[in-house]
Amino acid sequence: MNSDLRALRRRKVIRHIVLILLCFLSLLPFYLMFVNATRTSNEIKAGISFLFGSNLSENLRNFAEAQVGLGVTVLGAMLNSFKIALPFTILSVYFSALTAYGIYAYNFKLKKFAWGFIMAVMMVPTQVFAIGYYKFMIQINLIDTYWPLIIPAITTPAVVFFMRQYLQGALSLEIVEAARIDGSGEFHTFNTIILPLMKPALATQAIFQFVYCWNNLFMPTLIISSSAKKTLTMFVQMLTAESFRADYGVVFIGLAITILPMFIMYFILSKFIVEGVSLGGVKE
Amino acid sequence: MKHKKKKGGVNYGKYGLRFIAPFFIAYILFSLWPLLSTFYYSFFEYVTRNLHTTVEFCSFQNYLNVLGITDGERAYFLTYLGNTLRLWILNFVPQVLLALLIAAWLTSSRVRLGRKGIYKVLVYMPNIITAASISLLFYALLSKFGPIMSTLRSWGLISASADIMVSKWGTSLTISFILFWMWYGNSTLLLIAGMMGINPSLYEAADIDGATGWQKFTNVTLPLLKPVLLYVLVTSAIGGLQLYDIPALFNTGTGGGLIGLPDDTSTTVTMYIMRLHASDTGRAAAVSVMLFIITLIISLIFFRVFRDDKDYKNARAAHHRKGVGA
Repeated sequence: MNSDLRALRRRKVIRHIVLILLCFLSLLPFYLMFVNATRTSNEIKAGISFLFGSNLSENLRNFAEAQVGLGVTVLGAMLNSFKIALPFTILSVYFSALTAYGIYAYNFKLKKFAWGFIMAVMMVPTQVFAIGYYKFMIQINLIDTYWPLIIPAITTPAVVFFMRQYLQGALSLEIVEAARIDGSGEFHTFNTIILPLMKPALATQAIFQFVYCWNNLFMPTLIISSSAKKTLTMFVQMLTAESFRADYGVVFIGLAITILPMFIMYFILSKFIVEGVSLGGVKE
Repeated sequence: MKHKKKKGGVNYGKYGLRFIAPFFIAYILFSLWPLLSTFYYSFFEYVTRNLHTTVEFCSFQNYLNVLGITDGERAYFLTYLGNTLRLWILNFVPQVLLALLIAAWLTSSRVRLGRKGIYKVLVYMPNIITAASISLLFYALLSKFGPIMSTLRSWGLISASADIMVSKWGTSLTISFILFWMWYGNSTLLLIAGMMGINPSLYEAADIDGATGWQKFTNVTLPLLKPVLLYVLVTSAIGGLQLYDIPALFNTGTGGGLIGLPDDTSTTVTMYIMRLHASDTGRAAAVSVMLFIITLIISLIFFRVFRDDKDYKNARAAHHRKGVGA
């Protein structure tokens, strides 16, 4: 029995060690990035260091100079990304909740078809119709504006799916009946009673939709062409340009700045995010 | 629920249609129409000369061109599809194996580990961070004169001329590693959710029969995890086919040509679409249509397997009883 216990403890220690190593592996590239952001280009070329350097302000200055020629600053690009991601998130969670509620709470002829359709298109990725979308946006004069990046938020089938699953577990239709007896209109009921009840689902999905939109590179590259309108991910792409490649310190400080917002956001909201991923687990 | 259909002379059903109308109108306009028009464009030849573009019907010529069947054309679609699949498989196999191991450890009732929350948070973290930045970060760290290669060189572990970026497998393995590193945490969380849904009495019964940990894993966990594993496989495969951000920023040719170095071996299908989109709509559309068909086949196999899967139906029924998110 005693040796059994010892074997168990040994296994526990080994597992903890492996898991701790994996956690270090998650953090290491970011740690190296922050360290290198404070070193000179020559120091970086000489090798790895785990100690912070003293060149942070110099790198920041050089970075500020290097970005002048790009037509958009990193903060401007962040603001652009935010201008797209915020309305995208709001539209996505609102219309997904509306659609999910419409299918969950009412009986109508096309209900089954509508649900089947949403499930079927859930797997269709945007990239396969990007060419048609690009041409369409040229035809209706919306190319190089943010509208083509925001409007598709109304149709996010995976979010609708999640919302309906949530409603199934959290909403009893008696509440809706009671509201009707009180004379509340259907849209009014949805906006004032149902939406507040869905807060946890709305919040989780809002985080994921925001992150998805913020991190997207493919669609903005397709739609946006003016330098001043470029998003943060497009700014990252410009960091590969010759003007930056010459100075490693500038590349690393640039990367650190572009990563920082998501990094901070994750450590504030990580609990909800990890829960959210687990909930989405047993999807259709 | 049928009796609710009409009450007090009000037909509530029509509200259902009104509630779902915005989704469907927007879907038809901004997804279905572009999809159909992509099919349409794929049958036309776009030739630009002196800033003037002529468009001519060419039936399947664009398809034949990108498949390399026409004389003098290279089979770019097949080359890039091969690249995409190589990058995906090299990441997926280790990803799912590690995810299974970690998920089994974190749900084990025999070897109970503490601090599960912090482990989950940290292994999942890379998934949230902007992929474009991560790709460039790895490129900067691993480039020939970057810090990691320099240190390895000064320790005498690699030769003076060693450079990941000029090697096909060096570049592919690095891109796949980034994908693996970004996604194994996500798979781990999904598999944990799946493992927690397995009825604990099954393990108790196996214990009574004297099953070892490995036997329980292969005979109880794996079969019951099949739906979740299949879900992980299919979402990863469909996502993998669209692979763009990481290869587009890791070791690509300068000049905006979107060529995955070395020698076009890390160019993916979506990078090809992006490369063609402004200059040759017809070919870009043909590539998109073929990508769509492959995606469709994968989804259909997935739905077929699921429909026939008894284990899956049981798991789903149990899941619904529990009520998601409650």
